[in-house]
Amino acid sequence: MRIRCPHCGERGNEEFAYLGDATVRRPDHLPEARAGGEGFADWYDYVYLRDNPAGEHRELWHHVHGCRSWLVVTREVRSHAIAAVEDARAVARARKPAGEA
Amino acid sequence: MRYSVFSLLSQALAGNTGWRPAWRDPQPRSAYDVVIVGGGGHGLATAYYLAKVHGLRNIAVVEKGYLGSGNVGRNTTIVRSNYLLPGNTPFYEWSLKLWEGLEQDINYNAMVSQRGVLNLYHSDSQRDAYVRRGNAMMLCGVDAELLDQDGVRRLAPYLDFDNARFPIQGGLLQKRGGTVRHDAVAWGYARAADLRGVDLIQNCEVTGIRVENGRAVGVETTKGFIGAGKIGLACAGNTSRVAAMAGLRLPLESHVLQAFVSEGVKPMIDQVITFGAGHFYVSQSDKGGLVFGGDIDGYNSYAQRGNLPTIEDVMEEGFALMPSIGRLRVLRHWGGIMDMSMDGSPIIDRTPVEGLYLNCGWCYGGFKATPASGWCFAHTIARDEPHAYNAAYRLDRFATGRLIDEKGTGSTPNKH
Repeated sequence: MRIRCPHCGERGNEEFAYLGDATVRRPDHLPEARAGGEGFADWYDYVYLRDNPAGEHRELWHHVHGCRSWLVVTREVRSHAIAAVEDARAVARARKPAGEA
Repeated sequence: MRYSVFSLLSQALAGNTGWRPAWRDPQPRSAYDVVIVGGGGHGLATAYYLAKVHGLRNIAVVEKGYLGSGNVGRNTTIVRSNYLLPGNTPFYEWSLKLWEGLEQDINYNAMVSQRGVLNLYHSDSQRDAYVRRGNAMMLCGVDAELLDQDGVRRLAPYLDFDNARFPIQGGLLQKRGGTVRHDAVAWGYARAADLRGVDLIQNCEVTGIRVENGRAVGVETTKGFIGAGKIGLACAGNTSRVAAMAGLRLPLESHVLQAFVSEGVKPMIDQVITFGAGHFYVSQSDKGGLVFGGDIDGYNSYAQRGNLPTIEDVMEEGFALMPSIGRLRVLRHWGGIMDMSMDGSPIIDRTPVEGLYLNCGWCYGGFKATPASGWCFAHTIARDEPHAYNAAYRLDRFATGRLIDEKGTGSTPNKH
């Protein structure tokens, strides 16, 4: 499997470290530290639950032995075919609601 | 037909013309008391113990491919119970006890071989950790033996004891651990379940789970709808997909684990040996091939094949452990899809959907658990509550904080 880093070009996947699903959202609020407490479900969801699809998967990779950028890779997990590689920073910025820094 | 030395002799004299298929190949009936989804080791064992221990008669196992086509035939055949944490140790020890009596129980030669599992340590701190593990095991009645370097040298003189980076200082030995012929486990459980009336329905993929008023009432399959009083999922790497059919979202990721076998050589490795400075385990099959593996590839995958960097990594670790392995050629390698859980431990429990039961999260250690997994899952399904052995393997433990994290890496499935 080879990943086309937007900064470094196509590199073998041994240059990259994997974090996981890029679609989970870290809640902005702190949870009440007990199951069923306010905001707990959002954090439980973020930390533990995954869609784990058998198809297209958006995931975070770190080009740790290259430019050290965090990347969002869209990959078909049955064939390892990669459809898109984006800068994670750009993806996160695009996701922020207008008006927020 | 009961297998025995007499049946073997009489068949030999008759030119082996009288053997019959080991199980029927039935079409599904319209409904069953219990339907198990997944005809691998865990699913077949569950069906067998439901029939044997709990006296249920109206059971089906549905399998999308052929029996044993998944991970039960893709592992490195190692069985052991050298676990550290409460919740794990008694469960895996029960599994090892079931392995010890399995062949007589199911009247099938599964080639259970208690050749010993030797975990090597390479530093003082790792020795301390192994002492702790060994003590935890002995407190649960499990056998454990700490070896110094000479003790290991007597067992395996060909190892690279004076490796510059990872010298071998000793090891933790579990003599009752060993290997079991993995395909025979699937076949043996299949035959034993079939003899007790379980319908094993192959090439029958589940395409939906019908839920009415919060209760699972049956499965949609490629062979039509099958009604079920209770449904048990034992789908390993495909658990997330199947559970999603009932609206469940699980603390699982699917990852690929590769395994390898070398060309056959004369007897060389008597035990299962693991490299403590990395993640590498090796044993020798009865045909002479070295069977070995290492880490999962580390990224989500439903492809039953992996990538080259992991292969290189596994080979390097093998080479660091026993340089002589470098002269061998790899015969073949393959991959299986692991249901990696968020704390590295399994789940055997009920679900929020009534009548739907879950057996998953085996990470890459499911084979050794096959008998106890089936035994406990059968108990959980039949009695509607977990047995003491699987009481810690709850689905809600991630919300309640009662995690069982042997490796201590947190909610990172690719690190367990």
